[in-house]
Amino acid sequence: MMDALGEPQSVLVLGGSSEIALETVKALPRNRLRRVLLAGRPNAARHAAVESLTALGIIGVEAIDFDAKDTASHGGVIDGVFDAGDIDLVILAFGVLGDQDAAEADPSLAVDVATTNYTGAVSVGLHVARRLRKQGHGALVVLSSVAADRARRANYVYGSTKAGLDAFAQGLGDALHGSGASVLVVRPGFVRTRMTAGMPEAPMTTNPQDVAEIIVKALRKGKETVYAPGPLMYVMGVMKNLPRPVFRKISEKQG
Amino acid sequence: MATKPAKKSAAPKNPLKRDDNERLLTGWGRTAPSMAHVVKPGSIDELRDLVAKAGERGILARGLGRSYGDAAQAGGGTVLDMSAFDSIDLDTVHGTVTAGSGVSIDSLLKTLVPAGYFVPVTPGTRMVTVGGAIAADVHGKNHHVEGSFGSHVHALDLVTGHGRVEDLAPTRKAEHFWATIGGMGLTGVVTKATFDLIPITSSLISVNTVRCPDLDSVMASMVENDDTYRYSVAWIDSVSPSGRGVITRGDHAPSAQLDAQQALDPLAYEPKVVATAPPFIPSGLLNKFTVRAFNEAWFRKAPKSRQGELQPIGEFFHPLDGVQEWNRVYGPGGFIQYQFVVPDSAGYLIDYALKRLREVGAPSFLTVLKRFGAANPAPLSFPQPGWTLAADVPARVDGLGAVLDEIDGLVAASGGRLYFAKDSRQSPEMVAQTYPRLAEWQGVRDEMDPRGIFTSDLARRLSL
Repeated sequence: MMDALGEPQSVLVLGGSSEIALETVKALPRNRLRRVLLAGRPNAARHAAVESLTALGIIGVEAIDFDAKDTASHGGVIDGVFDAGDIDLVILAFGVLGDQDAAEADPSLAVDVATTNYTGAVSVGLHVARRLRKQGHGALVVLSSVAADRARRANYVYGSTKAGLDAFAQGLGDALHGSGASVLVVRPGFVRTRMTAGMPEAPMTTNPQDVAEIIVKALRKGKETVYAPGPLMYVMGVMKNLPRPVFRKISEKQG
Repeated sequence: MATKPAKKSAAPKNPLKRDDNERLLTGWGRTAPSMAHVVKPGSIDELRDLVAKAGERGILARGLGRSYGDAAQAGGGTVLDMSAFDSIDLDTVHGTVTAGSGVSIDSLLKTLVPAGYFVPVTPGTRMVTVGGAIAADVHGKNHHVEGSFGSHVHALDLVTGHGRVEDLAPTRKAEHFWATIGGMGLTGVVTKATFDLIPITSSLISVNTVRCPDLDSVMASMVENDDTYRYSVAWIDSVSPSGRGVITRGDHAPSAQLDAQQALDPLAYEPKVVATAPPFIPSGLLNKFTVRAFNEAWFRKAPKSRQGELQPIGEFFHPLDGVQEWNRVYGPGGFIQYQFVVPDSAGYLIDYALKRLREVGAPSFLTVLKRFGAANPAPLSFPQPGWTLAADVPARVDGLGAVLDEIDGLVAASGGRLYFAKDSRQSPEMVAQTYPRLAEWQGVRDEMDPRGIFTSDLARRLSL
């Protein structure tokens, strides 16, 4: 149970090696934290994630197998987690950037990105929502992106999956509104992570720790949507409304 | 209008759809809400049926929701509205009453006071039910001499996890009886209880007030004089480092003490609600400055010393009931009430706790200090001999959690503990350490509720 001071006892991370999600777990108040499940495919990154949280003295950190693309397995995985005890906070953090160039040449690669980022998230998101509704409390954090606000030439496959995910998460939040369960949609800008390594940085670039702090504050305040950094909300407010030719020019310059 | 489309019978039920009886519940502190199915049984048979059908998310009785934290909510489960259990049978031969568990002290007093009786124990609000008073084993201003509510209960009916009605008393199935007193509703559902009353000849309280310049003098005066009064409590100025305070003590006024006007109707009882807090209050309203001003005014309002002032019951026992929904003054973030008891040997923790709360910038609106007398045999009953301090603080104060955990540690080390009816944030480890009879209670509870259906958010949070 989340207590009166917003201290969670249990967290489930979907995409267990996501840097933003891990930083979020680290930034959470942890005096009551007793169960942290990192769900993802078994690999070195997941193993390292378990180690890094445990090394900080966080109790009950465990890895569980989860494949975003294997939607048929989602129901069983989520039921298994919730049957063993209530989950106060779920962070839906998996996603791939993909290679826009390659995807345009080989549409199956675009399907791959869409399956993970959108289809997989819709599937597991609904299973999580079902169990949050059943337990009558809990928060779901969905990592969207500013790319969801307006698709750019350079990564519109990725952007379109985030746009879909973002719309889904907003709708899910509305469906759960007033039910004790809630959805927080997070729209980070450019974040320095493994996913963006080697790419030219955009203005207002942040670190995973910065995004994590924004998420934890937003949870405490019961917000439904948050940008990271916060002022990106105003930037994107303008971007969304730019005429196509102008936006094309700007995004070309950004590459 | 066109005819309704035929229902698709094969479609699975939408798990996100809301049922009509689902309600979002919080405690009085308005923190950590959860959703439950609220059902109002109209009879014992309906209640037994609901208990028999309780699902894996459990079932729990709720009274008037005055527990500050998550004691009267059960996320995803069934929460019982017990208001149909509303009988009041006064036995003037034995000076007892048998009341339904859904009866509030408010409505009891409206029946009892004009008949010349008072409840054996009342907490700081009369908006609690008999069931709630038993579940939390509530205490009042007379604890130092007369103990908590459960100590005055002769018998109670409980629907256990087996779906049976057990007739419990301190002399019948004593283990089950005492597990239910202070058992936070986790041993079953109380349907009615019989308890002692205090005979009175007037509805007024004769009150002595004394203002003390610092915490030491407050505590010294309470140690020295409390035992000569039935009722005693101190209000502490939590903003002032001196810990100055106002002690009010009293007893039911004999009718002989009333003036001619009052003597015309010595048992008149008309509690008043003077105001209702507005539904929306900005979160910044309660801050260091307003709390300081309030505390200053409260201290100045009290006379340096006054003897034998006659106060109505409501003014003396339930001052906050005069403002309906006063819990809203803390705004949307809600608040917590932190209440601990420590033995006399650790009385210094009162001063230390107030100092730490001041340092973290958690302005306590209302801070109350009281002495407890002997404990009763209930394993989870909160009161034990010593000092109890209760402070209201807004939940959204940075660093509050760490400071309270620190005080918890000192309270635990001194042999003290926290009150479940107020708690909304202690750790399961703290409970295991400070309620040494928890395992014994759990054994009895498991016997009374083998399927483990009686549960609450508090029980889940604290692994009760």
